Amino acid sequence: MGTFIQQVINGLTVGGIYALIALGYTMVYGVLRLINFAHGDLCILGAFVGLTMLSGALGGGHPGPALVLLAFVVAVIAISVAGVALEFVAYRPLRKADRLAAVVSALGASMLIENGIMLIWGPEVRVFPSGLLPATTWHVAGASISFVEVMIIIVSVVLMAALYGFVNHTRFGTAIRAAAIDQDAARLMGINVNRVISSVFVIGPALGAVGGLFIGLYYREAYFTMGWTYGLNAFIAAIIGGIGNIPGAMLGGVLLGLFNAFAAGYVSSSWQNAITFALLIAILLIRPSGLLGERVAEKV
Amino acid sequence: MSLLEIADLRVNYGEIEALKGVSLAVAQGEIVAILGANGAGKTTLMRTISGLLAPRGGTIRFDGAEITKLGADRIVQRGIAQSPEGRRVFGTLTVLENLRLGGFTRPRGEIMGSLDFVLGLFPRLAERRAQFAGTLSGGEQQMVAIGRALMAKPRLLLLDEPSLGLAPIIVQAIFRSLREIARTGVTILLVEQNARMALKLADRGYVLEVGRIVLADEAKRLLASPDIQAAYLGGESSAHRV
Ligand SMILES: Nc1ncnc2c1ncn2[C@@H]1O[C@H](COP(=O)(O)OP(=O)(O)OP(=O)(O)O)[C@@H](O)[C@H]1O
Ligand SMILES: [Mg+2]
Repeated sequence: MGTFIQQVINGLTVGGIYALIALGYTMVYGVLRLINFAHGDLCILGAFVGLTMLSGALGGGHPGPALVLLAFVVAVIAISVAGVALEFVAYRPLRKADRLAAVVSALGASMLIENGIMLIWGPEVRVFPSGLLPATTWHVAGASISFVEVMIIIVSVVLMAALYGFVNHTRFGTAIRAAAIDQDAARLMGINVNRVISSVFVIGPALGAVGGLFIGLYYREAYFTMGWTYGLNAFIAAIIGGIGNIPGAMLGGVLLGLFNAFAAGYVSSSWQNAITFALLIAILLIRPSGLLGERVAEKV
Repeated sequence: MSLLEIADLRVNYGEIEALKGVSLAVAQGEIVAILGANGAGKTTLMRTISGLLAPRGGTIRFDGAEITKLGADRIVQRGIAQSPEGRRVFGTLTVLENLRLGGFTRPRGEIMGSLDFVLGLFPRLAERRAQFAGTLSGGEQQMVAIGRALMAKPRLLLLDEPSLGLAPIIVQAIFRSLREIARTGVTILLVEQNARMALKLADRGYVLEVGRIVLADEAKRLLASPDIQAAYLGGESSAHRV
């Protein structure tokens, strides 16, 4: 029973992170029918920006939690700006071009960011400083949950609830959904679709930066190829939930996190990737468009 | 001065010339119909007016100001709304969300009056306001498309084939609503394959043939013209058709 609860805690933590990152894939796909392959790298760029803030860029003497909060704020702002710039430079000029051109551009942007991280922060694994956040650990029914895990779970839930409310209950959120359904019809409503697209490249990377920094704080390390590893998992989460569908990305992230945790806890963590893909294949066999997706896979 | 003035409008799809120098004018308060066979360029014209297509040449003036190069969202702000061909409702949004989006460019507080007007005009939509628009019948979706355009409180309403694929009785209901909309002072530019209904409603009409205006006259005269009857009204023998 202790193991079970422990895996649920681990799964929700990782799942929350996957979900935050998966939202960026799904929202961009929703409005542009494009897989932003650079998204995972943007998220990890967020982790590195945060790391720089945490490892004394401001000089010593600041209280840990305040420093962590500041790291989040700076990472979110930096990665949002990077996201908008990415869309402007890599995707907007190709909006009317062949779909393959945008895919190649996305892969190129991914490599560029990854190598940029390596040039700035080096190729080695960078360790996150310790002692910034309370080391408190609570014990419940034979399982333990740390402060960082509680923080990740709560913040993920709050951010997802906020996004859900924004997209479903505000005028601009409705405009985003409309543009995802039919861009020309959205234009006829007076919606500036370019602004909608930019907003998606702010929201997705902002949530992704939080996710990326969570990864750094949780595993206490960051390395330049990490965007690929976590990006792939989050992307799979988005597909499991139904790519393009916002609640789907949340559900897919949490499900995949739980599944990974149980695989690591009961089977072996070396089987984790195999089990992830088995889950993906099983779900796509039953529901080709993902758990909450309506469209059967169309244009790639 | 006309509310809408189009001069020598040319639009291409790649090498294909869809509009080859179209000129027309719509006065404030008028209902103008555009007739033409499949592929004549009617939808191209409507999409260009709304700013969804960029013309290769010519000008579009609205209320005295040139709007040829404005983005689609700015054109809605100026007071031109469109119910597009094929309705294009947002299927996974509710009827109410669709209608509210129609008022996207207006201050939130001002759209309640328009919403009441639209729901009064189409009581069926009031009953189905919480339903996904994609689950409505074709006629109801057309009401959503027209209602959504009205939510912008347009001075000029563009309608691209509002009768497309609808049963005659629904078409008649839609046209009755159009008459009611026109009575509120909205100017209407209407594209129709259903030439008889369109000409009965309209003050004037234009005939578009492969990208060119070939005829312009009062609707009554067009309705009576033997050429028009032969080409667009199915001739004398079927004159009783709607
Ligand atoms: N996206 C496009 N790409 C290339 N050609 C197009 C495109 N859209 C329309 N055309 C061509 O432009 C011409 C005019 O088309 P348009 O849709 O404006 O006609 P229409 O009068 O609205 O016809 P219908 O009554 O069938 O709706 C046609 O020859 C059509 O094949
Ligand atoms: Mg047409």
